[in-house]
Amino acid sequence: MRKIKELIIEKSLLSSALVTIAVTIGIILVLAIEAFLFFKEVSIFDFFTDTQWTPLFTEKHYGILPLLSGTLLTTFIAISVALPIGLSISIYLSEYAPRSFRKTIKPLLELLAAVPSVVYGFFALVVVTPYLQQFMPSLSGFNSLSAGIVMGIMIIPFVSSLSEDALFAVPKDLREASYGMGATRLQTAFKVVVPAASSGIIVSIILAISRAIGETMIVAIAAGQQPRLTLDPTVPVETITAYIVQVSLGDVQHGSLEYRTIFAAGITLFVFTFLLNTLSFRIRKKYREKYE
Amino acid sequence: MNSIQKNRLKDQLFKFWGIACTLIGLVLLVIFIGGILVDGLSRIDWAFITDLPSRKPEKSGIWTPLMGSIWILVLTAIISFPISVAAGVYLEEYAKKNRLSALLEINISNLAGVPSIIYGLLGLEVFVRIMNLGASVLAGALTLSLLILPIIIVATREAIKAVPSSIRDASYALGASKWQTIWNQILPASSGGILTGIILALSRAVGETAPLIVVGALAYVPFAPQGPLDQFSVLPIQIFNWISRPQQGFIDNAAAAIIILLLITFIMNGIAVYFRNKWQKKLQ
Repeated sequence: MRKIKELIIEKSLLSSALVTIAVTIGIILVLAIEAFLFFKEVSIFDFFTDTQWTPLFTEKHYGILPLLSGTLLTTFIAISVALPIGLSISIYLSEYAPRSFRKTIKPLLELLAAVPSVVYGFFALVVVTPYLQQFMPSLSGFNSLSAGIVMGIMIIPFVSSLSEDALFAVPKDLREASYGMGATRLQTAFKVVVPAASSGIIVSIILAISRAIGETMIVAIAAGQQPRLTLDPTVPVETITAYIVQVSLGDVQHGSLEYRTIFAAGITLFVFTFLLNTLSFRIRKKYREKYE
Repeated sequence: MNSIQKNRLKDQLFKFWGIACTLIGLVLLVIFIGGILVDGLSRIDWAFITDLPSRKPEKSGIWTPLMGSIWILVLTAIISFPISVAAGVYLEEYAKKNRLSALLEINISNLAGVPSIIYGLLGLEVFVRIMNLGASVLAGALTLSLLILPIIIVATREAIKAVPSSIRDASYALGASKWQTIWNQILPASSGGILTGIILALSRAVGETAPLIVVGALAYVPFAPQGPLDQFSVLPIQIFNWISRPQQGFIDNAAAAIIILLLITFIMNGIAVYFRNKWQKKLQ
């Protein structure tokens, strides 16, 4: 009797764990089916080569490139902000800072990631853009620059926290050997500790990129809703995520081609983040084996 | 200056650079929040909390989105809690080292990295269309439950891992079965860590905007939801809606609503940290 009860419990716990697999399958099926129906009407070749994305206009074009360029542009700006700052923080905290400072500052930095992204969107549109316009009069009210900068601030803790864990995990002997040779903390940090923790740092960067690509509200609020193929950070652009929001806010008929565009855009986004996440998981696995 | 002095100088310079970087994000956050307090604080009064939405900014309140957020919070907690804790217990206590558990592990890590808006597309198709729930509170809560599943699972596993093996061994030595050990010993001992994870996950859910917009939550709802199948709005969507309007009055409203949203987020984070500290002390 007791054995049967134990078995039933184990199986029901297992089925809960299997829900996570169902979620993944669900995501892939939903995106694939709707995208398949989309590509029955729009050729994949046009999708990847057309330089215009105007599904909501009378003259329709279905080229993902403008949305992709908007996404990559804001991501690039965000990473250019988050990477140097986040890495410096992680090196400072793990190699220089006193223990007590490290302990108090880490949860405070995590707070940056706990602030809802719609709040950051407000900052970007209402605070950062008007401020930047004082120096750059040509800056448009919606632009990828302030959206990217603010997004960069938001993902600082993604870079700093994971990198710091990786740096902190480097065995003490390596550091002491370097100090013994007369190296300064800076030399030790950059020539010994950072190279030893490189895989962990790379993982943190990849995850931050993946996070920036999928970020929605900051760009939907502050970067605009005009898909255009450009690398100019001062003009309005539209990201994949912002497009999905734009269509969802409107009144689009279920089953129409416009409805399916958000799934075609969504599967593009999903493939990108999936590749990045899988890559980071692989690297992390390998790196774990190295130290344990 | 010889090379030793040069290196020492560089070392010192990097130290100050590091401190500056550590503080810059926080300083900016304080400036931002300070600005929001200036814009929004004067707008907050009891009427702002209890008023229904209106076309005039000075008459608009956050009652319906606030109630929507609370509905979403409660339903999401009820739905996600049993599934994710059960999954965490399975992975930590039952799963053998085989291909299935490796698959579950890589899958959960991948799900945690899926952009939230993709969960919105899943919810739109599965809950809103196929299960025919419409753009209801329930559809939104189900969507957010899937979104926070991986977060709670990871937190549950970490909490169970932290339980000393002596507790487990003692329970087995008294003849307890595996489930009795888990139910009577492991779960109570790890409850603080699990609770922390759930609160943090819920505080993430309360700030989520994009998946709920995709699911079909509205920017304007005349009344607060009465049941799980009613249409709804949430605070972040109301904020988004107000930000997109040109009048200054609505921008002030947005700032005021942000203060309320941040208050909820920070209080939840504070409670989570409190529980974690208490729990960690108890474990030692």
